[in-house]
Order: sequence, then C-alpha cells, then structure tokens
Amino acid sequence: MDDIVKMIGLKNNCTFCGVFRRQALDRGAALLKVDKLVTGHNADDIAETVLLNILRGDIARLSRCTSITTGEDGPIPRCKPFKYTYEKEIVMYAYFKKLDYFSTECIYSPNAYRGFVREFIKDLERLRPRAILDIIKSGEDFRIATTTKMPEQGTCERCGYISSQKWCKACVLLEGLNRGLPKMGIGRPRGVNGDHKKDTKKPGPAVKSIESKQCGSLDFQNFGN
Amino acid sequence: MQLTLEFGGGLELLCDSEKIHKVNVDLPNGAAADDDFTMKHLLSWVRTNLIKERPEMFMKGDTVRPGVLVLVNDCDWELSGQLDTTIEEKDVIVFISTLHGG
Repeated sequence: MDDIVKMIGLKNNCTFCGVFRRQALDRGAALLKVDKLVTGHNADDIAETVLLNILRGDIARLSRCTSITTGEDGPIPRCKPFKYTYEKEIVMYAYFKKLDYFSTECIYSPNAYRGFVREFIKDLERLRPRAILDIIKSGEDFRIATTTKMPEQGTCERCGYISSQKWCKACVLLEGLNRGLPKMGIGRPRGVNGDHKKDTKKPGPAVKSIESKQCGSLDFQNFGN
Repeated sequence: MQLTLEFGGGLELLCDSEKIHKVNVDLPNGAAADDDFTMKHLLSWVRTNLIKERPEMFMKGDTVRPGVLVLVNDCDWELSGQLDTTIEEKDVIVFISTLHGG
C-alpha cells in the first residue's frame, strides 16, 4: 500500500486498497476451495455503507449492500453474519471475554469519505441508538425502478473473473499503476461529481466496476421504518 | 480519591501508550467540598492531566467522542447516568474506542 500511495497520492487510497484486498480474498478463497466467504461486517458498517451509497447515488450497490448473502449464483457466496450486531456490542464482548483485540487505525484513511459518514452515524447513535438498525431496514426496503439501467454481469477480458465492465476494476487499477497513470479507473467517465472514491468496506460480489448507468429513479415502495 | 483508569481500543496511544493509570483525583477548585465527584469532573481531569496528544480523539465538547465506550466498574455508563455518574474511591473506569479499521 505504501508503494501505491507513493504513486497515487493521499486521495482515493480506499479504492485501491479495497479492490485489491477483495481480489486477494477471492483468489485465496478459490485456492483453498472453500464453500463460503464470511466477513465480519457489523451493523455500523452496513449502515455506513447504505448512507454512503445514497450520498453517491450508487444505485447498483444500494440494491445489493444490505443483503446478508451475496454472490449466491457465483462460485463462492459471501456472507455477513454480524449484519445486525452493533459495533459497541462486539467491543464489549471482546473486552469481557478478554479476547485479543486489534485496534490499528488505517494510516491512509483520515480523509476517507466513509469517515464523515461514520462520524454522523455515531452522533445519531448517541441520540437514538435504534437509528443504526433503522437505516439498515430502510436500505433493505429500497426498491429500484425497473426502468433504471443496471450494470450487467459479464467477465473480465483480462483475467476472466466476474465483472460488469470489459475489464474488472482490479485489472483497470493495476494497468493504471503499471502504466504510470494513477488516475486510471478513478472518477466517473461522465457525470456531475468529480472524484469518485470507493471504500474498503464495500460489500457485494467481485464486481468492481465504474458505473456506466444513468442516474436511476428510486421508487419508494414500502418505506419501512 | 484513588482511581484506576484503563484505556483501550487505541486510546492508550493518546496517553503515552500506557493502558492502565492509577491516579489520585480531587474535585476542581470551584466546586463545594461536599459535591459529588462525577464523570464530568473526571473527564476534564483526564483531558488536562492524562491526554498528551490529539484530545479531539477522546473528547468532543463536554463528553467523550461518540464511539468511545465508557465502563464504570464494568458497567456501561449509560445505565448509571452518563456524565452524572458519581465516582467513588477505588472505582475502575475503562475507556475503549470502538472506532478503528476501515
């Protein structure tokens, strides 16, 4: 990561780290021939991701990020068993059970977009702790209009893994790094916003691709609370 | 009074990397002699005397930063009144940060 940051600077670090880490997880799981890949995402993470996707208008991810299992039709499904467990509960459990507790802060993350959302969610939790579960529930209840163009799942031309674009994100980023083009794969091809940061904790299948979709229209059916 | 303070989840880095601090605290100068010693007093004492760097990681305004767990004698302070929790001799107070990773 140090080498990557030397090349790309202090922005968009989460994009590179997240994509490559996911790829490593996937490849490792395939090598070990496992049935399922299970991650430790907790309720706070999922709530942060829901808000993050809304703030960025990422319809594709919004529809997927609250599923407890993803990629069921793929070779290795992924699951998040702690989806409804608050981070606070996990920390207290680890403390009382005297479990080995790693608490290293990522040194590249101070300016990550997710940090702002996390701050907001922590403030919300202080005022009304149920807010976290409520955000997850709202995320689960989102329905996307059928007229929205969603990315289609295909395969990456370069490495053969699943991708919704010609090349999967990992290949795009890698090519950019190797060619000395650190901005390749960063930012929207067209659209209003400039830089488009991705995050390390983005759940979802191995599809890591830039959106080529139009902005969707969210149809709010069953706005649960 | 004598107290034991513990810092975890990365907060110890703000106190010279010491996880456990055995301290002797007193009511601040402005308070009356028979005032209860509350968490509010303790927090400002900690901020002044123990936090050596980046106080914004520990406190926000008058209270701890959201995301920091406070346990008074192994009990969540939200059950005992948060800032109004009274502190007594030999109490053990633990501060754990739940914010980490990415």
